[in-house]
Amino acid sequence: MDKIVYLDNNATTPIHPEVRKAMIEAIDYYGNPSSMHQAGRIVSDAIVDARKIVSNFINANSKEILFTGSGSESNNTVLNNVFSNCKKNISDTDSDKCKIHIITSAIEHPSILETLEHYETLGVEVTYLPVDEFGMVRLQDVEEAIRPSTKLITIMLANNEIGTIQPIKEIAKIARKHNVLIHTDAVQATGKINIDVKDLDVDFLTMSGHKIYAPKGVGVLYVNSKNKLYPLIYGGHQENKWRAGTENTIGIIAMGRAFELLSEEMETEMAREKKLIGKLKQGFIDKVPYISINGHPEISLPNTLNITFDYIEGESILLYADMEGIAVSTGSACSTGSLEPSHVIMAIESRPERAHGSVRFSIGRNNTEEEIDYVLEKFPPIIEKLRKLSPLYNI
Amino acid sequence: MSWVYSDKVKDHFTNPKNILENEAEFNADGKGDVGNAVCGDMMIMVIKVDKEKQIITDCKWKTYGCASAISSTSVLSEMAIGLTLEEAYQIKPKHILKELDGLPNHKVHCSVLGDRALRSAIDDYLQRNNLPNTFKETNTEIICKCLNISRNEIKIAVVERGARTFEELQGFTKIGTSCGSCIPEARAVMEEFIQEQEEEEEKMKKK
Repeated sequence: MDKIVYLDNNATTPIHPEVRKAMIEAIDYYGNPSSMHQAGRIVSDAIVDARKIVSNFINANSKEILFTGSGSESNNTVLNNVFSNCKKNISDTDSDKCKIHIITSAIEHPSILETLEHYETLGVEVTYLPVDEFGMVRLQDVEEAIRPSTKLITIMLANNEIGTIQPIKEIAKIARKHNVLIHTDAVQATGKINIDVKDLDVDFLTMSGHKIYAPKGVGVLYVNSKNKLYPLIYGGHQENKWRAGTENTIGIIAMGRAFELLSEEMETEMAREKKLIGKLKQGFIDKVPYISINGHPEISLPNTLNITFDYIEGESILLYADMEGIAVSTGSACSTGSLEPSHVIMAIESRPERAHGSVRFSIGRNNTEEEIDYVLEKFPPIIEKLRKLSPLYNI
Repeated sequence: MSWVYSDKVKDHFTNPKNILENEAEFNADGKGDVGNAVCGDMMIMVIKVDKEKQIITDCKWKTYGCASAISSTSVLSEMAIGLTLEEAYQIKPKHILKELDGLPNHKVHCSVLGDRALRSAIDDYLQRNNLPNTFKETNTEIICKCLNISRNEIKIAVVERGARTFEELQGFTKIGTSCGSCIPEARAVMEEFIQEQEEEEEKMKKK
């Protein structure tokens, strides 16, 4: 692949060179961590180390960390847990008592939304809370949605498309007040804002490797020790009997190294990325008219900028940008084979055009100021060219 | 490294031909517009017509939409110039797809707007000049030669039986289940009728 300006780090990240080293080393440690001999023990020790590092990062205990195959799997595990917990703990005569109601937001990741739609077909009731024009959930809405049958509130810590950070600590307080479980999908927030599970006081928290310079195929679920966990995958004793299947040893070792690097690099890196995003944002505001910024102006991820360019469509912007070697993503219906525009942009603004014309820039540790300057040089002519083609641009 | 689109699409997308720069100066003999920003595709097409010979002498356009939509309108504008009104009226999505060397399946619907924009421009020209429209075709063209299935049957499946996916269409008509070579065209024709139907429904709601 030619060198490109990669501004799609919220979609996925390149592997950190130190993580790559750890992975290459790990390839030769082929033992099964469940084996008692030394080939197995050396690997199980490495996994213990990785688990400790991950738990320290979020101020949890090693015993509270489950390694999964992805953020989506972690999310599915939580929802399955709530469902199983009810279904397994009622007698036949009590079938009415175990009504399950779950509260979530309209802007969650599909691994929450589509899974909940599936559970709705099995009789679970779901409230999808709206968000305000900045993508923020309102605390009052959360409280008002709670019913006697509410078992779980699941709301993401930060949104992947527009970067808005939710008030999870306050939402957790509401959950505690009503004796409801609280889960947060922290996939996009990990490594970008501080996460302390004791401070947040959540029951479950999801993280994913490929957003933090670790490989794809490994995720984490934090399980507060107060809670029982039903497996999503049965058939083995691995991961404290929470998840059967021989562990993704290379992925887990990589995760440990990735989290270790995050603790060292996160603070300075986030300050650096925030400055670059600020420059990119101001550059667009100065050079391109008829744009709107999607998301909250302050309470937002430091690396994410989502802009709607009026009068033109996202896939065409994305392809022209790709021809200049710039990688971004769009909320337009035309991209990625789905015919629906971004549900996140639709939730903050009901005009579909705003979703169709939206572009997300998400920077990472490999992006430089020169690259930001390059984008600010190449983008305005792209926008201008597409506007000249557009029947909506009559200026 | 391959592109998701053909070279022809790429060419028309990066160097679109016949863009309408100044509508007043062009002084159109006919103008058509289709689609809307809500669904993500919108086109306007303007033509100049040699009144004696009933030939399109110039054709320009503007498009709001993705690469498929932009390249479809661009290639169509080139195809239309020099054609008689009747010939231009008969241009179908399959002709556009052929000129573009094809589009990915989920993008075919983006090409279905262009020819309707052109027909809309011709309709406008005829109306302005109080001329009758003798070009409206009757949907008898056979699409699936193996099973002798016409455009009209596809239309019935869409309009009267509510087919909205290709699988549903095949369920109702069995189209494309023999040799399969008509499938791309069948998809395009289905999309045409779906779009028309949706626009009809929008108009009915507004009344």
